Amino acid sequence: MKVIFEKSVPGRRGVRPARQEGCPPPNIDPRLLRGRPAELPELSELDVVRHFTELSRRNFGVDNGFYPLGSCTMKYNPKMTEQVAAYAGFADLHPLLPQLPRGEMLVQGALAVLYRIDLALREICGMAAFTLQPLAGAHGELTGAMIIAAYHKDRGNRKTTILIPDSAHGTNPASAAIAGYQVQVIPSDSHGYMDVEALRAALNDRVAGLMLTNPNTLGLFDPNIHEISDLVHEVDGLMYYDGANLNPLLGRCRPGDMGFDIVHVNLHKTFATPHGGGGPGAGPVGVCERLAQYLPISLVRERPDGSYFLDYDRPKSIGYIAPFYGNFGVILRAYAYILMLGREGLLRVAENATLNANYVMERLRPYFDLPYGGICKHECVFSARRQAARGVRALDIAKALIDRGFHPPTIYFPLTVPEAMMIEPTETESKETLDAFVEAMIEIAHLAETRPDQITRCPTTTVVGRLDETRAARHPDLAYLPQAAQGPAGTPP
Amino acid sequence: MPYIANTPEQQEAMLRQIGRSLEDLFGDIPEDLRSPGLAMPPGLTEQEVRNRLAGMAAKNKVDLLSFLGGGFYDHFVPAAVPAIVSRSEFYTAYTPYQPEVSQGVLQAIYEYQSVICRLTDMEVANASLYDGGTALYEAIMMALRVTDRTRVVVDDSVSPIYRTMIRTYTGNLGIELVETRSRGGLPDREELREHLDDRTAALAVQNPNFFGCLDEFSDLADLAHRHGALLIASCYPVSLGLVKTPGSMGADIVVGEGQSLGTPLCFGGPYLGFMAARREHVRKMPGRVVGRTVDGQGRQGFVLTLQAREQHIRREKATSNICTNEGLCALAALVHLSLLGKQGLVELAQTCAEKASYAGRRLVEVRDVRMRFPKRYYFNEFVLELPVAADRVIRRLLEKGIAAGFPLVRYYPNMEKGLLVAVTEKRTKEEIDLFAHTLEVSL
Repeated sequence: MKVIFEKSVPGRRGVRPARQEGCPPPNIDPRLLRGRPAELPELSELDVVRHFTELSRRNFGVDNGFYPLGSCTMKYNPKMTEQVAAYAGFADLHPLLPQLPRGEMLVQGALAVLYRIDLALREICGMAAFTLQPLAGAHGELTGAMIIAAYHKDRGNRKTTILIPDSAHGTNPASAAIAGYQVQVIPSDSHGYMDVEALRAALNDRVAGLMLTNPNTLGLFDPNIHEISDLVHEVDGLMYYDGANLNPLLGRCRPGDMGFDIVHVNLHKTFATPHGGGGPGAGPVGVCERLAQYLPISLVRERPDGSYFLDYDRPKSIGYIAPFYGNFGVILRAYAYILMLGREGLLRVAENATLNANYVMERLRPYFDLPYGGICKHECVFSARRQAARGVRALDIAKALIDRGFHPPTIYFPLTVPEAMMIEPTETESKETLDAFVEAMIEIAHLAETRPDQITRCPTTTVVGRLDETRAARHPDLAYLPQAAQGPAGTPP
Repeated sequence: MPYIANTPEQQEAMLRQIGRSLEDLFGDIPEDLRSPGLAMPPGLTEQEVRNRLAGMAAKNKVDLLSFLGGGFYDHFVPAAVPAIVSRSEFYTAYTPYQPEVSQGVLQAIYEYQSVICRLTDMEVANASLYDGGTALYEAIMMALRVTDRTRVVVDDSVSPIYRTMIRTYTGNLGIELVETRSRGGLPDREELREHLDDRTAALAVQNPNFFGCLDEFSDLADLAHRHGALLIASCYPVSLGLVKTPGSMGADIVVGEGQSLGTPLCFGGPYLGFMAARREHVRKMPGRVVGRTVDGQGRQGFVLTLQAREQHIRREKATSNICTNEGLCALAALVHLSLLGKQGLVELAQTCAEKASYAGRRLVEVRDVRMRFPKRYYFNEFVLELPVAADRVIRRLLEKGIAAGFPLVRYYPNMEKGLLVAVTEKRTKEEIDLFAHTLEVSL
């Protein structure tokens, strides 16, 4: 398919911007103006609509089919929340209004949304206070790591290191490093849990905290969590909860009760806001009572008369981490979702997410290696090493699933499992869908034994086959530029 | 239960099939950690949720005649933008890890990277960052990596909203952050010459800057380059329909807030941080990047590339901790720019500039009102110097349904009478006249 610039016709027009209404031309020094217009494509509105409609047909979303991408919680995104986010009372609201004199009274509805979802998240996570500002999960991790730093600075602690299990998401070590910490990796034990003895050996006065997700990236709930929290607290370390895997715990178990001091929640995972083809997300951060003073500026508070205001007077805060109050449009969708589900609905989410994952795990157990058995929570992690021995790797299985109409699971993660296939069905999928997926996986396992070539040549039903990623990285072609500006690396293949 | 497909009978059948009870499935959670349930209200129906939120939306004042900008602008969004962006093949997908079923998002990001390069006159762009402020912070971190230095100079005509964020992020990292004082609405050349040295990684400027003033900053790029530093420019994409490009003035990294390209104001987010750079720095750039390649049959296709920079490969050694981009906002920007096209963006920028120019002339006709920076040129935003405190005027005009602008005293304590006024294509000549008239009678 052509790129949009190849469809451009000189002189063709799309939408017409607003009229000038006879205002005299501005008097701007020509030295400050651009010489020639930007080479944007010249298309009719229909050209543009057809181009992007065609692109959309080359893309797979949750609305197209089963999307068991482990750790990403690809549940159904309710249409209702899209409609709510489009209400003009929210969509047209300027973020600087509250900074005008008495401006807070102009945005009481928006402040109410922020205040009330904060209360809901506190209850769900067992934390004392939240900031809604972090703009993504990884941004929440960075915020959390900065709160850890602020706490230790305040206490006069000299801490240098954050501990992270070997099964952690890649963002954990990256966030800790960007906040200025050294990262020390703690291995897993033979059950897939954190190795408590290794943790004990790593703990000392330099340890600022531990970043952990529970259930972990193997989908396993770590039964030693109490002991782990106590050990970390003994050296005045803080416990950080990566909320990527919160979905199976809703109403069942709270990070705060497990001893976590800081929590981030991925609203685009647990609270059903769309992933948007890679964003926007939102990563609110909750903290225990003693850390609330370090949360970013500002916080929404309630006055005795029931009105809301923004509190900027926070001397111990880590400061400003986002331009305003967070990804409000995402927060709003999550709030609508929480209202709709209520206490019962959230509990059913946890139960069905867990049931669906265990169902898939049990049904596939005979066909693929399951390095860590028992029961799982929201996801299960198989290894394709048995198939790999016959030349069919996890990547091949992923591509074969594509030909069978499914989005593949997360592969090659966690790093602790060779040929990993991380399957997270989520609660919104039906038994029929799970059965169809399981049947496809069984068929693939069978073919891996009998006709491996039929798997390794997949996908065959897609608009492109496997792409040459080495070429993409060695000769980066990252932009389609007009001929004059195109250097050797920008030349089309 | 909402959004749960399986019936209780099916759930029972599934449990039987795997030989477990529901309680078994949660038996791995130690008993003392099991919650008694959530202290929350029961769920609502869709109709109830929508009514409740419509009621909350009604408590926000969005019918003001607004001249509020400050980096976030009330631009018109053509209907085709939300129509395309709300196609669920786009918005219910995730990061395109599986390229064969993600060519739509991947090609769109490649095209987005291309329009950002064309707009700014730069060679490479990433798939986007959270917002203009975090993009500026990431640009600074990138400059530190490129130069292997630890000192950064940021002029105070750069958005103070972004500068407060940068202070937070650089605070713990042993980075020396120098904020220089602008003069007469523009970066003070003398002050900058004094503060740039051979330990400086980057100089960051903004054009048009927070006061709305336009600058030709080629001399600053030269100054930075003489010291082996990079020039970072933060810019407003709609202005680039008219305004000289950062690339042609020698910028090494260009960032900015892309909200003005098809994304609603939405009380502060989600927004779109864009980043473009010179090709030689591409491997130090943060964030997702899409590249064009071919499949086994020679067919063109697109993939996430240069991933050796990223957190899921490099972990603590990554160039950034960023996992996502703002994919959907980037798509909106691409669609918006495609609909406007080459000529449309020029016209849009011209309309904004003409209306702002008219507003400027009209408002200084009001008694005792003048331009704060009369020698400067502006695109669609300018600072008025009022005869009284800006807060007082804003309060009076709000009572009459007009958001007159932003009081600069919030960030610049010596600008008590400074009012930052923005004019987009959405404002009409009559509205500008009404604003001027209301200001006249309110003073």
